[in-house]
Amino acid sequence: MTMRKHAHHFKDGDHEFSASKMGVWLFLCTEIVMFGVLFVAYFLYHNQYPETFAEGAKFLDWRLGALNTVVLLFSSFTMALGIHFCQKNDSKKAVLNLALTLILGAVFMIVKYYEYSHKFHLGLYPGKFFSYEAAESVNLAMYFSFYFLMTGLHGLHILIGMGVITWVLIRARRGEFNSKYYTPVEGVGLFWHVIDLIWIYLFPLLYLVG
Amino acid sequence: MSDLLGKNYINCEKGLWSWLTTLDHKRIGIMYLIAIVFFAFLGAVFSLILRYELFSAGKDFLTALQYNKVMTYHGAIMTFMVLVPGIPAVLGNILLPLQIGAKDVAFPRLNLLSWYLLILGAAIAIISLFTTGVDTGWTFYAPYSTGSAQSGTIFVVLGAFVMGLASILTGLNFIATIHQLRAKGMTFMRMPLFVWGLYATSIIQIVATPVVGITLLLLVAERVLGVGVFDPKLGGDPILFQHFFWFYSHPVVYLMVLPGMGVISEVVTAFSKKVIFGYKAIVYASVAIAGVGFLVWGHHMFVSGQSDWAGVLFSFITMFVGIPTAVKIFNWMTTLYKGSIEFRTPLLFALGFLFVFAIGGLTGLFLATLSTDMHFHDTYFVVAHFHYTMVGGAVMAVFAGLFYWWPKICGRMYNELQGQIGFAFVFIGFNVTFFPQFILGAMGMPRRYFDYLPEFEHLHAVSTVGSTIVNTGMVILFVVLYRAWKYGEIAGDNPWNATTLEWQTTSPPPHENFTKEMKVTGGPYDYA
Repeated sequence: MTMRKHAHHFKDGDHEFSASKMGVWLFLCTEIVMFGVLFVAYFLYHNQYPETFAEGAKFLDWRLGALNTVVLLFSSFTMALGIHFCQKNDSKKAVLNLALTLILGAVFMIVKYYEYSHKFHLGLYPGKFFSYEAAESVNLAMYFSFYFLMTGLHGLHILIGMGVITWVLIRARRGEFNSKYYTPVEGVGLFWHVIDLIWIYLFPLLYLVG
Repeated sequence: MSDLLGKNYINCEKGLWSWLTTLDHKRIGIMYLIAIVFFAFLGAVFSLILRYELFSAGKDFLTALQYNKVMTYHGAIMTFMVLVPGIPAVLGNILLPLQIGAKDVAFPRLNLLSWYLLILGAAIAIISLFTTGVDTGWTFYAPYSTGSAQSGTIFVVLGAFVMGLASILTGLNFIATIHQLRAKGMTFMRMPLFVWGLYATSIIQIVATPVVGITLLLLVAERVLGVGVFDPKLGGDPILFQHFFWFYSHPVVYLMVLPGMGVISEVVTAFSKKVIFGYKAIVYASVAIAGVGFLVWGHHMFVSGQSDWAGVLFSFITMFVGIPTAVKIFNWMTTLYKGSIEFRTPLLFALGFLFVFAIGGLTGLFLATLSTDMHFHDTYFVVAHFHYTMVGGAVMAVFAGLFYWWPKICGRMYNELQGQIGFAFVFIGFNVTFFPQFILGAMGMPRRYFDYLPEFEHLHAVSTVGSTIVNTGMVILFVVLYRAWKYGEIAGDNPWNATTLEWQTTSPPPHENFTKEMKVTGGPYDYA
């Protein structure tokens, strides 16, 4: 186990930890505001064109959405365990749980891939590429613009999340984390939970409310 | 830099590479300064092209389309590349840790990353110059921006997005620094007012910038995929773009001016040798301006077709911003009253700020009033108003701050007479440029027009002469600062006998800012 020295401008490791955690939280605020704009636009247009959104939602399979919700919730649990085992100086179990989180993230993306291909197959593209012929609402394309913008931006965050989980996984395998120093795992965990939380809102709004 | 100054952050490492990879907040601040002076030069060149085209009526040397592009570049460069990063990233970076007695900002690597993101964003935006350019105005209003034939739009919009990320990371860094790294004994109510200004600014950067970020991405999606969020063909609404855009872009004017107000607080008290009048009132006013600033965006849209009730509400809240602003102006005036005033260049800029900003603020009330705005909307009155607040507010404050802290930043004193001459050029030139524009606007001259009726010619000519004077002044000021850096007399650690922490270390400060741990036992302005 290597002991790590805190950066020169902090008093000690705890000081550095609380500053870093604050930084992560502030960053997550900006993420929530950013997704918030899309939610505002969604509510505005959902209110204006309820039939369009109801018709669009019919093309989504709620069972796949529910599966992905469970997958992400479970991945949040394994992420939390990953942090827990870093704090307990148990690198092996930490690595195991981080790897599980990574796999669950990949499962989410694979399900998403199937969902997307299904839409593309039908011609349910966003905006001007929309080519589905049997639509009842004139602006059904708008529903799929929202669907792809919101789940696309969310999916991009899942990929980024998987990237940073891989980074802490490699560092955890090298035994860099311990009860005194686990800041990066904690930060990545917070990010992952927020991405999860955003999905918890996306799922009912896109799949269930209609 | 000679050895007369001892070992400091500038000479502790040598070579360009040591600058490009530095984690020292002071060096990063200097790199921001160099980049932003370059951007400001570009923006100023575009403004001079505009003014000379407008010197006389009719087409002179630009086509209408070229005029629109030049106008767009002037606005976009000055907003996203100069004013937004201006005070926080340059003066804030250098001074914030010094003023709170810290060794650095909370996240030095992130700080350097912000600088590279600004440069990357600027580069992406500048690439558009090699395409057909962009002619939407800096506001990128849909549906024109989504349908405009000018292919540069995407580059400028993406560039603004990346620069927004840089701005967010700076704000995040500053909030964490202020919360976590204050010296022992420095409570929130003992922080210098410049730090408070930066704190209020950072809150705006964190809360507002992500909104414009995603809005700009939606604009790109609209152009590439035709998503329809702002497109009536799919049931979308272009007005929604205006709402999202101004939700950021109104607070952003406070983002430009709040740190400027912080600088003015420092300079006014240092050159009056008096405790600042109403410290707490200024603190609360800063936070109030940042907060209320989020609720006034609709005043840009009085004629865009929002509901009458929305108009009335936005008008009322906008007027309310006048109160904390006036509180600050009264506090500065009262601080000057019976002070031992020293008329040095920084104070001249601070007084210039008070004069210019008061006019800018008061004319804002004309625009906040629904009935008068019907007349003034989209005229030169608006152009004059926001130049009085942003150039008067932010640029005067930047120079006040640069001249005030220059002896600390480089350890050498500028030439006082030359500094004052530069100030005279800028102050006179600025008023000659923009005061006639109030009259032009009141007479009905619309903004962003390439040509105008013959009766407006005299005032346009005066304005063009003024713009030449003000730009000459800018060149003088930067030459004065450069000469001071190179050849100035050794300034000493505390040439102004000021009381805040940055003056208690050597000039220029060492790499770690202070040689001992700082302890604070009283307020920041202890002029007994």
